[in-house]
Amino acid sequence: MRLDVSRRDFLRTGGALVVTFALTPSRSATTPTNSTPKTVAADEVDGFLAIDARGRVTVYSGKVDLGTGLETALTQIAAEELSVPFDHVTVIQGDTALTPDQGITWGSLSIQNGGVQIRQAAATAREALLAEVAKAHGVPRESLTVEDGVISSAAGGKRWSYAELVGGRNLNVKLDAKAPLKSPKDYTIVGRPVARRDIPAKVTGQFTYMQDFKVQGMVHARVIRPRALKASLLTWSDAKARQIPGYLRAVRIENFLAVLAHSEWAAIKASRAIDSTWSDWQGLPEEAQLWDYVRGTDVVTVEDVQKVGDSAAAMKTQGARLVSASYDFAIHTHGSIGPSCAVAQYRAGKLTVWSASQQTHLLRQQLANMLGVQPADVRCIYLEGAGCYGRNGHEDAAADAALLAKHTGLPVRVQWMREDEHGWDPKGPPTLIDLRAAINHDNRVLSWESAAFIPHKPKETAVPLLAAELAELPREAVAFPGNISQSLGIPYTIPNIAARARWLSQTPFRPSWIRAPGRLQNTFANEGFLDELIVMIGADPMEFRLQNLNDPRGTELLHRLTTLSDWKPRRSPARQDGAVVKGRGLSYVKYELYRTYVGIVADVEVDKASGKVSAHKFYVAHDCGLIINPDGLRNQIEGNVVQTTSRTLLEELQFDRSRVTSIDWASYPILKFPDVPQVAIDLIDRPTEVPWGAGEPTAAVVPAAIANAIFDATGARLRSVPMTPAKVLAALQGVRSS
Amino acid sequence: MRISFNLNGRPASISADDAQMPLLYALRDSLSLRGPRFGCGLGQCGACTVHLEGAAVRSCVIPVSAVAGRTVVTLEGLGTPTHLHPLQEAFIAEQAVQCGYCINGMIMQAAALLRTTPHPSEEQIRTALAENLCRCGTHVRILRAVKRVADQMA
Repeated sequence: MRLDVSRRDFLRTGGALVVTFALTPSRSATTPTNSTPKTVAADEVDGFLAIDARGRVTVYSGKVDLGTGLETALTQIAAEELSVPFDHVTVIQGDTALTPDQGITWGSLSIQNGGVQIRQAAATAREALLAEVAKAHGVPRESLTVEDGVISSAAGGKRWSYAELVGGRNLNVKLDAKAPLKSPKDYTIVGRPVARRDIPAKVTGQFTYMQDFKVQGMVHARVIRPRALKASLLTWSDAKARQIPGYLRAVRIENFLAVLAHSEWAAIKASRAIDSTWSDWQGLPEEAQLWDYVRGTDVVTVEDVQKVGDSAAAMKTQGARLVSASYDFAIHTHGSIGPSCAVAQYRAGKLTVWSASQQTHLLRQQLANMLGVQPADVRCIYLEGAGCYGRNGHEDAAADAALLAKHTGLPVRVQWMREDEHGWDPKGPPTLIDLRAAINHDNRVLSWESAAFIPHKPKETAVPLLAAELAELPREAVAFPGNISQSLGIPYTIPNIAARARWLSQTPFRPSWIRAPGRLQNTFANEGFLDELIVMIGADPMEFRLQNLNDPRGTELLHRLTTLSDWKPRRSPARQDGAVVKGRGLSYVKYELYRTYVGIVADVEVDKASGKVSAHKFYVAHDCGLIINPDGLRNQIEGNVVQTTSRTLLEELQFDRSRVTSIDWASYPILKFPDVPQVAIDLIDRPTEVPWGAGEPTAAVVPAAIANAIFDATGARLRSVPMTPAKVLAALQGVRSS
Repeated sequence: MRISFNLNGRPASISADDAQMPLLYALRDSLSLRGPRFGCGLGQCGACTVHLEGAAVRSCVIPVSAVAGRTVVTLEGLGTPTHLHPLQEAFIAEQAVQCGYCINGMIMQAAALLRTTPHPSEEQIRTALAENLCRCGTHVRILRAVKRVADQMA
């Protein structure tokens, strides 16, 4: 290791200055006297970590805290691996000038990939410092230990602190994938329910959300959205807006039309005072014919995502019963409580954009492409917004602000209104899944086939920026919908399986990922259809799964769930009389067939007269390997259950031939307190295993558990999300008439 | 025009071009408060909730002129980092936050409930918070936090 003294002054400030930088745009990541910027290389320890002269550690994370508690968890990981006190670690998130590109904050990978990378950087740093001390002082490496950021020798006496050893200098050491990790039995910070750092400020109004951020001279903008998704702007006038005190001007670039004002309220009023006319566009399918539209869409390619044995031949087995069903899952919106917001400043050829983007490095590329500038001249800085649960409108608000800032030379804040967020953020695409199976005369499932109708994936993982589309500027041709064929395969030992993605040429709305994209829809279909087979066989849902798993962790999880939920062998449907009937449903996933295991039991009540379903209690058994923060994990699991109950029972985008019509919380309702379920959780901690993700997997099992419980209660099979009272009543009618 | 009112126990005064401007923008933009948050502008989600004469109201749909001469309390006035309100303490103790964007409304709505109903049942808490939306699904913890205070007061 070589300590680079020449950069000492810069890096001493590195840890402290950048914290304030996020709030003080006049400062830069490079100080005037030191021209070398901090490295953001993901193969350098200095990319991820800095240790200052007081021994305080700064972690640079490309993954960002979206309200999930990630900041606290990453702090725990780094503090643990470096053996420094928790309070001595600060995390800088998602700043293209300071943090390595660790990919989009998605897919439940922030701990699994992002945290593990930071852990390895910390282990590399610790080992390098230990080796340095051993060499410089001629003591055996094995005799050295670290505690609270101080290395000491077993021989006693000598102590060397990280503060003295590094003291703000670069470590100049490559990240070593083989640097030994601390033994989990020595953990004192990881695995503990450490209180989240951000919560005190959030409950007292002291926290700086993106929506609170201001720069000097900032003006407020609102974008006037087209009357239809692809309508062209024909005429516009701001004559009335000019009467509003504080109004500055309008900006029109092709179909992008925005107003700027000195105050936020003036910008809102001006946006309502603009007269505009738009071309007629009615390119959306009829909402009532959505599933015909999806089924009729051209298939670009068919991909086998899981193939075991010969399912087609097995379907023809003599005497086998053939079963088939179709499952559908509605279009959903992200529904952030705080609409997207961004601030952009364009000065001397350099663009700085503050946003709540989950993908600042990718956003930088997209903004540079849109505006025809070099990525090196764009800096994107993350500030936490309201939860987004995927790629919502944050990046689009950033593009609105960047376009306006470059066009006017003014620092611009764009705050989306509620109708912008509900109407214009990208949507979770409609998903249709056909399933069929063959059951042998001895009640074994011989063959399983599934086909998911889902919008195809381009190579790039970006969703085109709305401003680029409206202003007709360079952008990606196709939106990435998320890795939505994941979890279409099943974890069971059925001898013949063919799971296929039918990648479609188009989908009605600009698609993107929303929490557990594809895994949610696919697991709903898989676990719902499996329950149909179990009913035909006359088996117990828990016993059937246990018999068809060859996976000790999965088996242990289901045993734990049996105990947690006091599961008793049952055959559905339970025969009941009465106006309100009770049911219990089970669902299970091994996420993406290789990681986090979740099993869930739902207890529901169905009001047979109204069709209303109340999901009042869930039991969750969860195994994501090593647990970093058990309380943070519980918070994520609870959130997954409640949010996905909302999605399952209530949520469905509404639209006409031109535009989204569910543009507020009245037309797109979500679950409210009176209907919120209780959640009981059993966490399986495996300290010696790798830490897998937990931000999504529990979501995947919720819809089928509810559907299976409704069947258990009533004999009515729900194969369509949302499970509205109207659909439940129709299914109940089907039971009575059959 | 100038509009004067009592804000968090102190006199406050702002100049407004428009008497119809929602109180939320006066609080956030003119008075630089961060407790009340913009969520919908329609009075549907509760993120902007403040107390007007002790009652929980939606500041995004109340014209600023309506508070002239009256008393407004925001999350900042309810308690401070050094003198936390029991609800703020309880939300920290229960870690009842995910993104936290809705939490202002949850605390302000619950504080108004506890003023009139010091020992609410869980059902009363659920009913009182019914028009406060949370998207992260933090509800089970929010319920625990409010119950914690209700039990302490019992």
